[in-house]
Amino acid sequence: MLIIEPGVTERHYWRELWRYRELFIVLAWRDISVRYKQTVIGLAWALIQPLATLVVFTIIFGSIAKLPSEGSAPYALMVFAGLLPWQLFASSLTGASGSLVGNANLISKVYFPRLIVPVATVAVSFVDFLISLVILAGLMAWYQFLPGWEVLTLPFFLLMAFLASLGPGLWLTALNVKYRDFRYVIPFVVQFGLYVSPVGFSSAAIPDEWRLWYSLNPLVGVVDGFRWAILGGQSQLFLPGFALSWAAIAAFLWLGIRRFRKMEKSFADLI
Amino acid sequence: MSDIAITVENLGKSYVIGHNSKEAERYIALRDVVTRNARNLLRSTRSMVKGDPIVQGDETEEFWALKEIDFEIRHGDKVGIIGRNGAGKSTLLKILSRITEPTTGRVTINGRLASLLEVGTGFHPELTGRENIFLNGAILGMSRREIQHKFDGIVDFAEVEKFLDTPVKRYSSGMYVRLAFAIASFLEPEILVVDEVLAVGDAQFQKKCLGKMEEAGRDGRTVIFVSHSMAMISNLCKTGIVLNSGRIDCHGPVSQAVVRYYQTLNRTGRATERGFSSDVAELLGCELVGSSKFNEASIFDAITIRMHYRILRAIDAKCVPNLHFFSADGSCAFVSNADAIREIPPGHYVADCQIPGGLLNEGAYFVGAAITTYPPNGTYHVEFFDRNALTFNVIDPMDERSNRYNYVGPIPGLLRPKLNWSVRNYSP
Repeated sequence: MLIIEPGVTERHYWRELWRYRELFIVLAWRDISVRYKQTVIGLAWALIQPLATLVVFTIIFGSIAKLPSEGSAPYALMVFAGLLPWQLFASSLTGASGSLVGNANLISKVYFPRLIVPVATVAVSFVDFLISLVILAGLMAWYQFLPGWEVLTLPFFLLMAFLASLGPGLWLTALNVKYRDFRYVIPFVVQFGLYVSPVGFSSAAIPDEWRLWYSLNPLVGVVDGFRWAILGGQSQLFLPGFALSWAAIAAFLWLGIRRFRKMEKSFADLI
Repeated sequence: MSDIAITVENLGKSYVIGHNSKEAERYIALRDVVTRNARNLLRSTRSMVKGDPIVQGDETEEFWALKEIDFEIRHGDKVGIIGRNGAGKSTLLKILSRITEPTTGRVTINGRLASLLEVGTGFHPELTGRENIFLNGAILGMSRREIQHKFDGIVDFAEVEKFLDTPVKRYSSGMYVRLAFAIASFLEPEILVVDEVLAVGDAQFQKKCLGKMEEAGRDGRTVIFVSHSMAMISNLCKTGIVLNSGRIDCHGPVSQAVVRYYQTLNRTGRATERGFSSDVAELLGCELVGSSKFNEASIFDAITIRMHYRILRAIDAKCVPNLHFFSADGSCAFVSNADAIREIPPGHYVADCQIPGGLLNEGAYFVGAAITTYPPNGTYHVEFFDRNALTFNVIDPMDERSNRYNYVGPIPGLLRPKLNWSVRNYSP
């Protein structure tokens, strides 16, 4: 028995979401399989982008600006450990924010929990992430760098990166349906975020009195976590900042899901 | 479980729409354009701060696409929803299928509902036919296992087995539609909501789809069906709901609803306004003599169709009124004209045509009225022909005269004449 009334959110929202898991898988699979169709080098595109960024950052921040690395870890490796979660975040955010508008024909013709669409695009970014892991392994072999036991905690930080991109992603997705202005805001946020987040440099380079405030950027905790896991003993986790980043992630997630759910039912009218 | 599938109470849906004020269009001076744009910018910023959607235009207005809709649908009912463009049919379907939220009221749905507002929703041009079957199936709410189970059936129905591994962007439009519809037709919910989706594909395939839909109906499934084709509606549905400007105009047996729909169509222009006249003759209107509001008659009763017309000037020709009878699906049942009439002077005329009882089948009939003149030189000329001069509904009272015995279903045919039968024992 289903009751449709204005302004009433479903009591079984999460159960409903679970019921539609197959659609989630299918949509994610569609986005992945379509991604590199009719390209010549296909998957290699997923390798070229992070590699190019890596080279540029290593040269600019490491060789020209001569910023310190974490411990004795090679600078390129440190940059790449930060680039991994950043790429995941940036492509999730960009993908998710355009996903609803891009699937307008679905939204206006079929019912399903709308949350599926942006989350499915995040799954696509996840595939790119896995490909980038191959580069990481290559880099480690090149520098003959052996990670410690900490690398086993990587899935935990991966989850953190996922949640960190989901919160703002959902919020921007919902806003983008209503106000297309955000289509122009997001590339700017992504570009800007790359420099305010410790991707090209180590967050240890930030002066101590600012470090806690700096951690309000949820990406700081994520990147630090990745570096700690990948570089092992070479990187130290700044725990108060790490906790603050988690708090920021939780706040964004709560806000994102709340805003999304509130606007979800009117998507079909607005899109 | 109760036998009510869908209850709709006081349902309403409003949209805010914007207009460009007439003034704004008249002045094109730069100053006016600047102030107008500045005002619009201010308004959209204000609505963004408040969290309201942005509406284009200088003035906004609330528009009710649906208002005060109440009805109940029982399990196993086949309901046709008819109405003109913009009457609110699609909005109603979108609310029932949970795509959009109502502004007022409540809908209670009992059972698994699937909606088909479009065939091939979500088809991706880059993916192959096989992949799209899984994609579209999942979008329509089928599970993976269900699709695998029905896969061969779908491919058979769509007749695309040769092109299963070709991207659908290479398909011909016919193949595309066939595949899309094949997937949809394998949907097996308890309640099926279908928008005008059968208006695609070639005639033969349409017939096949129609057959599939009827099959679905026989399984005791509840079907809500929107179409502009009265033929499909009267073939598939037992009950009809007529929507007019967002309100229910009529809810009853499908033939009554179809008649009502044609009446609402006619109301906008009376015969003369639509120009059913020539310099010789003018149609004033048609009526069913002595009938109720809904133009209803029993299959046993003789009916009289009265046609009013005016002869405007005397001509040297026979002036013959004739009536064309169409069934709900648009096919012509028969044509009848008046007995030879000589040249007649100008004036208001009434032509009565009596149809004997026990000739028409039950259902809606549409009467087209025409005047044809036959000058002595052997030619003829149609002065006017109003295709929709009158609609009426013939009902079967279902008593012993109906010769139905235990059968209560529809009896096919444009006519159902009462003929003389004699049955004898022929055994030696």
